[in-house]
Amino acid sequence: TFSTGLGRFIYKKRVGTRTVLVGHRPVSETDAYVAQKFCDNRIVSSKYTVWNFLPKNLFEQFRRIANFYFLIIFLVQVIVDTPTSPVTSGLPLFFVITVTAIKQGYEDWLRHRADNEVNKSNVFVIENAKQVRKESEKIKVGDIVEVKADETFPCDLIFLASSSPDGTCYVTTASLDGESNFKTHYAVRDTTVLCTHETIDSLAATIECEQPQPDLYKFVGRINIYRSNQEPIARSLGPENLLLKGATLKNTKKIYGVAVYTGMETKMALNYQGKSQKRSAVEKSINAFLVVYLCILLSKATVCTTMKYVWQSNPFNDEPWYNEKTKKEKEAFKVLRMFTDFLSFMVLFNFIIPVSMYVTVEMQKFLGSFFISWDKEMYDEEIKEGALVNTSDLNEELGQVEYVFTDKTGTLTENSMEFIECCIDGHKYKESISEVDGPLKYYGKAEKCREELFLRPSGCLSEPRGFFFPSLKSYQLLHILNFDPVRRRMSVIVRTITGILLLFCKGADSSIFPRVQQDEIQQTKAHVDRNAMDGYRTLCVAFKEFSQEEYDQIDKQLCEAKMALQDREEKMAKVFEDIEANMHLIGATAVEDKLQEQAAETIEALHAAGMKVWVLTGDKMETAKSTCYACRLFQTNTELLELTTKMVGDSERREDRLHELLMEYHKKLLQEFPKNSGGLKRSLVLNQEYGLIIDGSTLSLILNPSQDSSSSNYKTIFLQICLKCTAVLCCRMAPLQKAQIVRMVKSTKGSPITLSIGDGANDVSMILEAHVGIGKEGRQASRNSDYAVPKFKHLRKLLLAHGHLYYVRIAHLVQYFFYKVRICIHLTQFMFFLPLTIKSIKPLYDAAYLTMYNICFTSLPILAYSLLEQHINIETLTSDPQLYMKISDNAMLQWKPFLYWTFLGAFEGLVFFFGVYFLFQNSSLEDNGKVFGNWTFGTIVFTILVFTVTLKLALDTRFWTWMNHFVIWGSLAFYVFFSFFWGGVIWPFLKQQRMYFVFAHMVTSLSAWLAIILLIFISLFPEILLIVFKNVRRKAQVRTAYAPCTLLSYFS
Amino acid sequence: MAVNYSAKEDADGHPSGGLGAAGGGAAKTRKPDNTAFKQQRLPAWQPILTAGTVLPAFFVIGLVFIPIGIGIFVTSNNIREYEIDYTGIEPTSPCNKCLNVSWNSTPSCTCTINFTLDHPFESNVFMYYGLSNFYQNHRRYVKSRDDSQLNGDNGSLLNPSKECEPYRTSENKPIAPCGAIANSMFNDTLVLYRIDNETRIPIHLNKKGIAWWTDKNVKFRNPSGDANNLTALFQKTTKPVNWPKPVYMLDSDPDNNGFINEDFIVWMRTAALPTFRKLYRLIERKNNLQPTLEAGQYSLDITYNYPVHSFDGRKRMILSTISWMGGKNPFLGIAYITVGSICFFLGVVLLIIHHKYGNRNTSADIPN
Repeated sequence: TFSTGLGRFIYKKRVGTRTVLVGHRPVSETDAYVAQKFCDNRIVSSKYTVWNFLPKNLFEQFRRIANFYFLIIFLVQVIVDTPTSPVTSGLPLFFVITVTAIKQGYEDWLRHRADNEVNKSNVFVIENAKQVRKESEKIKVGDIVEVKADETFPCDLIFLASSSPDGTCYVTTASLDGESNFKTHYAVRDTTVLCTHETIDSLAATIECEQPQPDLYKFVGRINIYRSNQEPIARSLGPENLLLKGATLKNTKKIYGVAVYTGMETKMALNYQGKSQKRSAVEKSINAFLVVYLCILLSKATVCTTMKYVWQSNPFNDEPWYNEKTKKEKEAFKVLRMFTDFLSFMVLFNFIIPVSMYVTVEMQKFLGSFFISWDKEMYDEEIKEGALVNTSDLNEELGQVEYVFTDKTGTLTENSMEFIECCIDGHKYKESISEVDGPLKYYGKAEKCREELFLRPSGCLSEPRGFFFPSLKSYQLLHILNFDPVRRRMSVIVRTITGILLLFCKGADSSIFPRVQQDEIQQTKAHVDRNAMDGYRTLCVAFKEFSQEEYDQIDKQLCEAKMALQDREEKMAKVFEDIEANMHLIGATAVEDKLQEQAAETIEALHAAGMKVWVLTGDKMETAKSTCYACRLFQTNTELLELTTKMVGDSERREDRLHELLMEYHKKLLQEFPKNSGGLKRSLVLNQEYGLIIDGSTLSLILNPSQDSSSSNYKTIFLQICLKCTAVLCCRMAPLQKAQIVRMVKSTKGSPITLSIGDGANDVSMILEAHVGIGKEGRQASRNSDYAVPKFKHLRKLLLAHGHLYYVRIAHLVQYFFYKVRICIHLTQFMFFLPLTIKSIKPLYDAAYLTMYNICFTSLPILAYSLLEQHINIETLTSDPQLYMKISDNAMLQWKPFLYWTFLGAFEGLVFFFGVYFLFQNSSLEDNGKVFGNWTFGTIVFTILVFTVTLKLALDTRFWTWMNHFVIWGSLAFYVFFSFFWGGVIWPFLKQQRMYFVFAHMVTSLSAWLAIILLIFISLFPEILLIVFKNVRRKAQVRTAYAPCTLLSYFS
Repeated sequence: MAVNYSAKEDADGHPSGGLGAAGGGAAKTRKPDNTAFKQQRLPAWQPILTAGTVLPAFFVIGLVFIPIGIGIFVTSNNIREYEIDYTGIEPTSPCNKCLNVSWNSTPSCTCTINFTLDHPFESNVFMYYGLSNFYQNHRRYVKSRDDSQLNGDNGSLLNPSKECEPYRTSENKPIAPCGAIANSMFNDTLVLYRIDNETRIPIHLNKKGIAWWTDKNVKFRNPSGDANNLTALFQKTTKPVNWPKPVYMLDSDPDNNGFINEDFIVWMRTAALPTFRKLYRLIERKNNLQPTLEAGQYSLDITYNYPVHSFDGRKRMILSTISWMGGKNPFLGIAYITVGSICFFLGVVLLIIHHKYGNRNTSADIPN
């Protein structure tokens, strides 16, 4: 029932089937066997090889707008005679490119290493009746592979024979789909006896199977077994015959299997999604701003070029006698000259898009991420692991999360079952024993109930464990009636020492109660209901006694059903149904899949922070539901909307039924939330009204409806329902379906930021799909994740405190950078030759200042700010989740704040320029009547600029550590020192000694001092004023809003 | 493709797997240090700009800025300044005949302008020439110089920088000083007379001390060699195209000749704006009893060499006294007074708002 289109995105469907020769032995000469080519068993996750690294990496890097732009600018500077030196833009670009290349190369080397580890691991292949040790990557389709207990299957195998005589083996697929229970797989019936090297080698058979496809639960194939002088026997193969790569063999000594899918064609590899580079919303904002600035840049350059030529159309402006053109300039074509002028303007303005910003942002992210791994509150004493940061690119995204997708088992829960209590015939017993999740539990249960039965007369169950193991030996296990989700119960048939045949059945109350004597239910039911209310998983236990005749008959039925080739499942189910009837209820147990520490509090905090929490699990619906209740994802007042197989049914009409359900829910929700739902998007989630439960098969029905086109809008309706529910639970999800859900939410309107957290390999695809992936430390998911934390509870601090701070820091960093670079430098530069002098392209400042500006004078304060700033302290952030909503929707990088910063910069540019312009109406500013020239003009403007920009940051800093003091005042001191130094020496390597003593002269002029102080003050004045106004307003708001606010946070 | 590696590392299924070993060994290193920096708990000053702290600051700034502004304004107003435009655009102007001079016109055109000073100039008087619509800040112009040549480097003297093009060589000889700036050096001669009872008394104009000390003594140097024989030093070079005479004949005083001629140095400090003034001469005060320039009739003799009409420029002669803040410029004073007043005014407004807000707020609490 799973989706057929699961792997649409990564897997191209190939028609036809593949034929595999078992052991590569040709079976008959008559069959024309066309050798098919299959890929080898090598896993490749690396991106580069030694040879293609350089070109491929460079190509990828220059695909970024910014890098490409800088490259162009650099080339223009090299080719055309431009006002600034190519070194100014070439050096930083080279630096950025190199650092990135090294980083990516290192990451790829790690991938290579990990690939090798898997590809070179040893496996045993049977060749010529001998066991041959081979490297995993050498396995070819058709090889017979031997796998021992607790080993992982190296590729997808058809199960041929096992060490256990009945031809079964137990397998755990925890790393594939997260289900940690043991599954039984069956060998091909006719080959079960071939359980030695020699015999297996004699097998002559071909396997025909479908081409690889990613659905883990689907497999169709046929095996043809050839025996000498006999017609070949054909047996059908199903998923129960297929052992998947990545799964682990358990409780079985060894098995033989033949490889059918290898390497990148295994189901696991097909389920894996390439780790694509994740881009944060901040980076997208930067890119948007960049595009805007590029447009400004282009228009500026165009305007400047036009103005220049209009101005130059007057011959005495173009070439006055005092300023003749060189021969080369005269000879150049006019169009070409215009073009080079245009390019020169572009280059002159290229500081608009600062390379240094990228360097600073990268550094901030890299250094900033250490604070996450250094956080001792996210260190777990038990597993001795702290948080781990795999990608530093997404720090700020942690502050923007809107949807949290979490795995259940192992993430919300500890994945260990704890026995809470049991009741036997209405008597309640309580102990504290714990059991591990796994098959042992099932046996344990079955066994235990025997004990219960056994011990019933004594009415005491003091040490069940003590009795449990010894008593195990005293029974002979005859049959296991396996668990399946439809029956939702399992049974064992045993023979006691005394020869009594007993059947014990355990299962969900809903499936047991109808099958026992009605009069026995009453007492137990009360217990069960109470336990269920408490969020425990309840199991009811019943028994039945057989006579020998009855047993013989059952035995026969079971064997028949098991061997059936067609409709095996159905037949089995029918037999089970017959057997498990008219039982006697013994009692019920309550176990708790213990929730992780503070899981419920964390979920509440996330809800309060305006995030929506979805639980995606491969687990059963009932279990998942009870967990959701336990961790308060669903609360008692939550109205649950169910879209499950149970509700929809399994009949032909299920699509119609689904349609009805969808419509009904949709209508219901629409009434609840009238049209203004846009505003509600992240509003306070006060009362959790609706929760949605959906399971995998229904989901696939919705997402991939059968040809009926009218149902194609299911998806949108479903999405609308989902988005209006505060909590969503998706159960029985395949790994790719988890990713599908994430992708679906991700691509909704407004593209919300999603976060996935999980611990198993089944979560890897959704971790990769989400904007931010969080793995649990120490598990394999952490390797593919962007961050890893030891416990679910650490999500709270990670998002609410770290995420919030990182976002505020980087947003401020970006805005500040655009502000300080673009506006200040360029506005002044631009104006210098537009309205007043309209002269050719001449930078206002000395080249050394230009280069140093971003690198030395103003970079460290903002870096320190972006690492240390805590505008609200961490404790407050963690304890008040509602603060998180303040920065939601990328609030600090929207156009409004962007415009504010731009106007601020424009204003300051105007102030600087016109202030100094008016000052220079009379350029004798010293008391000796000597005059200042254009370099003094530039230096004054630049000094004001450096001081204003730094002091602006000082105004914004709310958290002054000694480091902030040091870098802010240090930068200013350095500027002054540098200016003296730079102007104090005749530099032999410079062609022009422009700055010689310019700064020193400026400092001796009182007028210059007065002007600098005044202009800095005017520039900062609007900012101060704004802060004061905000402060007054906030004070007023706090007074009115504080009371309900605090109340609210206590409630939730 | 970590999915694939995973199974074997999956700690769930293998309690005895690598996790225990790895955990034990790494435990010491993995545990984060409990330092203030790493836990982001550095002691910090957390300032909050409130109305309470900013309001007094506004008043203080207002109270400081306004007096400063008044001081500057008064100082600026006390500066005497007199300006004559001697371009000769108007047909009535005595210099009108010289309007279309070219560089090499011989004999040079001269004209005389009479003017009257209504008020005496008490302290030292500074004589400037001013040019308008002259783009000394043009990029091609600004960089058209060779500072190492001007610094006395013999190599650069004979092989000037490429930046000097097209004023680098002339008649196959290197130009000294090369470049557009030097080539276009201002070469009008201005002589000032006081007319006392129909007699013209020349006023002593000091041509030294008009350039920056560092420029005169460090940045500009004649080529090394016999300082008394500049002609020999510049032997292999030629004069800039527009100059009537070579650089070693700028002045008779060897301390003011060649590259260290102060008029030349002043010219070489390019102006920031197209309308600019440059210091030309100093008129020092003789004694304390007499003003430097008394009120009365004066006449200015101009040797008109410098053509500005072709680029629509203007030439001016400016006489000015100087205060501690430099020449006359009302801008700073007015700006200080304005900003101070705005600060003060906003302080008052904010104070009122602050008080009103507080009062209204307490009363508004109840209905909410």
